[in-house]
Amino acid sequence: MSAHLDSAGLWTLAWRRLRADRIAMAALAVVAGFLLLVLLSGAGLIAADWEREVAVNYAPPTFLGADPGSRALAQAQLPRATLPNAFDPLAAELAELKAQVAATHPPREKRTTLPFGADKWGHDIVQKTIKGGQTSIVVGLVAALLAVTLGTLFGAVSGFHGGWVDDLFNWFYSVFTAIPAILMILAVAAVLQQKGVATIVLILGLTGWTGPYRLMRAEYIKHAAREYVMAADAIGASSLRRMFGHILPNVAHVALVQLSILTVGFIKAEVILSFLGFGVPVGTVSWGSMLNEAQNELILGKWWQMAAAAGAMATLVTAFSLFADALRDALDPKIK
Amino acid sequence: MLAYVLRRLWQMLPTMAGVVLLVFVLFNWVGGDPAYLLAGKMADTAAIENIRRQLGTDQPYYVQLWIFVQQIVSFDFGNAWSTGEPVADIITSRLGPSLTVLVPLTILETLFGIALALALAFVRGSLTDRAVMLACTVGMSISILVYISVFQYLFAYRLGLFPVQGWGESLGQNLLTYALLPIIIGLAVSIAPTLRLYRSFVLDEVGQDYVRTARAKGLSERRVLWVHVLRNAAIPIITHVMANLPALLIGAFLLERFFGIPGIGREVILAVERSDFPVIKAITVYVAAATMVFNLLADLLYRAVDPRVQFK
Repeated sequence: MSAHLDSAGLWTLAWRRLRADRIAMAALAVVAGFLLLVLLSGAGLIAADWEREVAVNYAPPTFLGADPGSRALAQAQLPRATLPNAFDPLAAELAELKAQVAATHPPREKRTTLPFGADKWGHDIVQKTIKGGQTSIVVGLVAALLAVTLGTLFGAVSGFHGGWVDDLFNWFYSVFTAIPAILMILAVAAVLQQKGVATIVLILGLTGWTGPYRLMRAEYIKHAAREYVMAADAIGASSLRRMFGHILPNVAHVALVQLSILTVGFIKAEVILSFLGFGVPVGTVSWGSMLNEAQNELILGKWWQMAAAAGAMATLVTAFSLFADALRDALDPKIK
Repeated sequence: MLAYVLRRLWQMLPTMAGVVLLVFVLFNWVGGDPAYLLAGKMADTAAIENIRRQLGTDQPYYVQLWIFVQQIVSFDFGNAWSTGEPVADIITSRLGPSLTVLVPLTILETLFGIALALALAFVRGSLTDRAVMLACTVGMSISILVYISVFQYLFAYRLGLFPVQGWGESLGQNLLTYALLPIIIGLAVSIAPTLRLYRSFVLDEVGQDYVRTARAKGLSERRVLWVHVLRNAAIPIITHVMANLPALLIGAFLLERFFGIPGIGREVILAVERSDFPVIKAITVYVAAATMVFNLLADLLYRAVDPRVQFK
């Protein structure tokens, strides 16, 4: 019978340190809240009908009160009665169509105020911000996942094998870092020509692997010479098994910190790309496309869409950055 | 010293070759055939063939690559597809406006960054320090788009302190009227990340032995920080500023776009919008080359500031 020594592992210790950090826990709660909103809106439980025109154009937030000029607009728009035209060959069909439209889309009274106002088409800003957040956050997370996966894979192969493989990947690295990231992103955007969420994820993921690569390569060089890896080699573990079965769990915390840092960077990058019109396609809402619309609305004095998109984004990014910092400190206590 | 510079330049060749190859693969292979785009909507086969012959895209890939290399070396990328303006003229004429904004911005940003970082080092660990760092994190979380939109709306449109956008003929007029607000916005956006970085550089030095020695011989904290620490913290700061200069040229594209400044960054955006490949190719290759040269310059300056550094 062997006495089981219960010593806490890296992750347990890190979690304990994180738990003790009150700012980190608050930041984690905010990030978790945003992720929950993304999940709910992705499942169609909230903000599914954000495209319904529920209010008058530019309905102000409730706390500002309704715009007096918008009363007339708010009335239900009844179809105008027209004199029957005896010569209209399509009259019967049109009447049928109109009846159908009236049955499925009964004219509704539009609201003059909404909790946080409405945009140009009368969409609810709160729902639109949630839907836009879904796009921006999913793009940021998936692109960061792609970049970290690529970086880890390249770094592992490069650092573990060394030699000409290492030289090859280092050459790739120096080529990719010679071109400034934003120029690289724009160049790829110019070439790909098609807009879409998948395209932005590819652009960001394929250009962002250099940071994780450098760190993971250094970790793999360090660990490849450790005794536990040599022991694994001695019992006949294949190099793939040593790389991803033995070393990876010991260096995964570096990748996790990179993931959280890159997610923040990519959410910001997506917003700028979508703002410039190289990002999400027309009809998809993201925080970037909202800021693009809001820029023109600001001149009209309709500030609420910009405030909503900017505020939501700033809150998430602040919380995510604080959490990423705390995570790095918790996983690597040597830095402090 | 000369041997070191020569060896570094020699080492740049494979990287530069990689950049050229990457740009070539992106635009000549992934980017597809530009002839249909250029020939317009009602194109006949003869016109398309003609354009292909002019651009050399009917040649095999290795010939096209050779044409590209010749273009880079001779600084002659032909004419831009959208406007017909020679690409070389575009680059040289857009450089001035970009630098008019970037040079003052970089100088001010570095000076403010250093001054604030040293000031924070006096009160390191205190509530003020932590509050400023938190404010920096929050400031960095707000999108640059919001900074530009709001500042432009508030200071230029509502208060009328600056022109909303535009660009003049003379350097003085540009610097004093048109570039002023973009510089202020650039400063507001960049001061938070700069301060965070410089603060970490300064704090790395504060724990060193020579600082303890300086304090032990009775120097004031002010002299320790502003003379002893600053000279050592200047090394990573200089490297950082130098290495980031070429990227900054592109990084100001949002400022240039919002304020109608005819600079390099705005040109890149326009070229991406119009699928004007020669312009993007040229700018990408030259900015990459500049990045490598400036990295070398940063290393040389490193040596000038810190005589202990030896080149191997």
